Amino acid sequence: MQDSMSERTKRSVINHKVVPYLFIAPFIIFFVVVYLYPFFKTIIMSFQRIDGPNHITWIGISNYQKLFKDRNFAQSLMTTLRYAVWDLIILCSVPLIVAVILNSGYVKFPAFFKSVFFIPALTSTIVAGIVFRLAFGTLETSIANRVLALFGQKSQDWLMHPGTANFVLIILTLWRWMGVNVVYYISGLQSIPPELYEAAEIDGASSLQKFFYVTLPGVRPVLIYVITITVLGGFAMFTESVALFTQKYAGGIGRTIVGYMYQVGFYKSNLGMASAVGIVLLVIVFTVNFIQLILMGFFKKEN
Amino acid sequence: MKKMLVVLLAALILMLSVTAFADDEPIKLTLWTFQELHLSLYREMLDKWNADPANPKLEIDMQVYDYEDMHNKLTIALQTGEGAPDISEIEISMYANYLKGDIQLAPLNEYVEPIADHLVMSRMNNYARDGKYYGIDHHIGATVMFYNTEILEAAGIDYKDIKTWDDFHEAGKTVLEKTGKPMTTWESTDCWSIYPIVSQHGGDWLTWDNEVVMDSPVVASTLQFMKDMLADGTAVAAPGGSHHTEEYWGWMNGGNCATVSMPFWYLNRFTNYMPDLAGKIKVAPLPTWPDGGHKSSQMGGTGVSVIATSPNAEVAKAYIAFATLSFDGCVNTWKLLGFDPILMDVYGTPEMQEPNEFFEYYGDDIFTNMMTVLDDIPDTAITDMYPAATDIVKAQMAYDLVYTDKTGEEIAKECADQLRSLID
Repeated sequence: MQDSMSERTKRSVINHKVVPYLFIAPFIIFFVVVYLYPFFKTIIMSFQRIDGPNHITWIGISNYQKLFKDRNFAQSLMTTLRYAVWDLIILCSVPLIVAVILNSGYVKFPAFFKSVFFIPALTSTIVAGIVFRLAFGTLETSIANRVLALFGQKSQDWLMHPGTANFVLIILTLWRWMGVNVVYYISGLQSIPPELYEAAEIDGASSLQKFFYVTLPGVRPVLIYVITITVLGGFAMFTESVALFTQKYAGGIGRTIVGYMYQVGFYKSNLGMASAVGIVLLVIVFTVNFIQLILMGFFKKEN
Repeated sequence: MKKMLVVLLAALILMLSVTAFADDEPIKLTLWTFQELHLSLYREMLDKWNADPANPKLEIDMQVYDYEDMHNKLTIALQTGEGAPDISEIEISMYANYLKGDIQLAPLNEYVEPIADHLVMSRMNNYARDGKYYGIDHHIGATVMFYNTEILEAAGIDYKDIKTWDDFHEAGKTVLEKTGKPMTTWESTDCWSIYPIVSQHGGDWLTWDNEVVMDSPVVASTLQFMKDMLADGTAVAAPGGSHHTEEYWGWMNGGNCATVSMPFWYLNRFTNYMPDLAGKIKVAPLPTWPDGGHKSSQMGGTGVSVIATSPNAEVAKAYIAFATLSFDGCVNTWKLLGFDPILMDVYGTPEMQEPNEFFEYYGDDIFTNMMTVLDDIPDTAITDMYPAATDIVKAQMAYDLVYTDKTGEEIAKECADQLRSLID
C-alpha cells in the first residue's frame, strides 16, 4: 500500500516536471531551428566572405566598414525610415478612426463594411503591386493621372520621384492592411464597458472628450500592440516595394533596407555583407521598439 | 520467411530496373530559363535530336522563371549544392557571378574550339574564364535603329537619309514640329538606351583589367548628347521606365514615337507585343558618330550553360551544342526567335531568307542592312566587376540621365566614383 502510494507520487512528480516541457517542445524546437540557429549563424556570417559552400574566409568587420561607406545603404535606410514614420502615422490613426465610426452604431451594415475593408488583406501583394504600378503609371492615361487631370493638375511620374513613390507605397500599404488594424481596434473598442460612456455623458462630456478620455485609454493595450507591429512591419517592409518597383529601384527609389539586403545577398551573391545588413537592421528595430515600449509605459508596474 | 521476402523484393526491383533500361527510358534533364521565347528553339531542336537514332533519347523539363527569381534560385542552388538544374540560361550581366570561386559550370571547349573560326568569338569571350568557354550565346545582339516609317513620312523624312546622330537629332526636331511626337525614348530604369550607344561611340564601363573608364570623355559626351535630346523634347522618358514594360509597348504600339534604338533581339518584341505596327517598322543600322566610334555594338545576351555537377552533364553539353552551335540550330535561332545567330556561315544562305513572321513584319530587307554592320562591332569588357557596373548604369546613370538636371559629365563622374568605391 505504502509502496504503491510513493510510486504514484513519484510518477505524478515526473509527470508534472516532464509534461509541460513536452507541451511546449514543438514551439521550442521550431524556435531553435527556424529562429535561434539562423540568428547566430547570421551573426557569424556577417564577419565572413562567402564565395560558395567551400570558400569561406574570415574578414573581421570589413563587411560593416563597406556597408557604412555605401551610399546606397544610407539611401535605403533613409527610404525605410521615411516609410516607417509615415506608415506609423497613417496606419495607426486612420484605422482607429474607421473603427470608431464603424463601432458607433451610426453606420448601417457595419459587418458589410468590415469585410470590405478586410478583403484587400487576402489579396496577393504581387498582384496588388502590379495593379498599383499600372494605376500610378507614367502615362497620361493611367488612373492616378486621370484623377489629377480632373482637378486640372499635370500628370506625374509617380514612381520616379522619392516623395510621390513613398506616397504610393503608403497608399498601397493602407489599402492592404487597414482592414486588419480595424479588426484589432474594434475588438478593443468592444471591450470598453458601456457604463463608462454613460457616466461620461452624465458628467456632460462631449463626443470629442469621450473619445480622448474614454475610448483612447480603453484601447490602449490594443494600440500598443498595433503600434509595435506597425513599427516592425514598417522596417521589415519588402514585398510591397518589390511588387511596385520590380526590384529595379531606379535612382534608389523605393529600395528599402530589406530590399537592399536581398539585392546584396542574392543579386550580387554577397551573403556575408547581406548578413551584416540584417544585423544592423536588427539593432535598429530593437532599439526603436524598446524606446517605444518605454515611452508607452509598457514596463511600468500596473497598480 | 522474412529473408525470402526480401530476396524476392530485391529480385523484383532488379528486374524492373533492367526492363526500364531495356525500354529505352529517355534521359530526363531540367532546363531553367527566364525568357520563355527561347523555349521554342529548345523544343524544335529537341525533336530533331530525338529523331536521330544515334542520339540517346532525351526528355527535357523546361521551366520558366522571372528574371531575378531564376538567377537567385540558381545562386542558392549552386551555393547549397541542392536542387540545381542540368542546363540553365544565365543573363550576361549576371554571368560573372557564376564564374567566382569554384566554377560550377561545365566547360564547353570540345564543342566550341573545332568551329571557332566560324563563330563570332567576341560573343563567346563574354562567357569565358582562363580559356574555358562556359556559355553559348544565342545571338550577336547588334544594336539597330527601328524606324516607324509612318510617322517619319508624315514629317517628310526618309529614314535612309539619317546617317549621323546629328542628322538623327535634326530629324527629331522636324518630327516634333510637324507631328508633335517625340523622335525617340530613353530608358530610365534599364541600360538598353545608354550602353549600346556608348559602346558604339567607342566607350565602355571597364577595361579588361578592371580599370574604371565610366567617366571617360566619350561616355560624358554621349550622355550629354542624350540629355540634349531630352531637353528639347525630341527624346522622352520611356513610359514605364524601360522598353520592356506593358506601358511602353501599348504606347509605342499606338504610334506615339518615331524610333527606338535597341539590340537586334528586340525584333521579336515588336512582333509579339506591338502587332499594330506591322509593315510600318524598318530595321536600319544605328546613326554613326562624326568623331569616330563603330557602326554598331553587341549588346545583351544569355549564355546557356551546363551545371558541372549534373549526372548527365555530358549529354546535356552535346544537346546544347546541337541546339545552339549547329547550322540547323543557328538557322532556327533566326527563324523562331528572330535573333542574329553567332555562326557566321548562316548569313547569306537561302535558309535564312525563307519567309517567316519577321520578314512579314519588317519587309524582306532586314539582313541587307544588317550585314553592313557585322564587320565593325566593338568588344565589351565583361569582367567580374561587370555586374556591378551594369547595376550602376541601370539604377543610377539611367535615372540621373532622365530625371535630374546633372550634366553628362557629372553623371559619368558620379557613377564612375561609385563603381570605383566598390573595387577598392
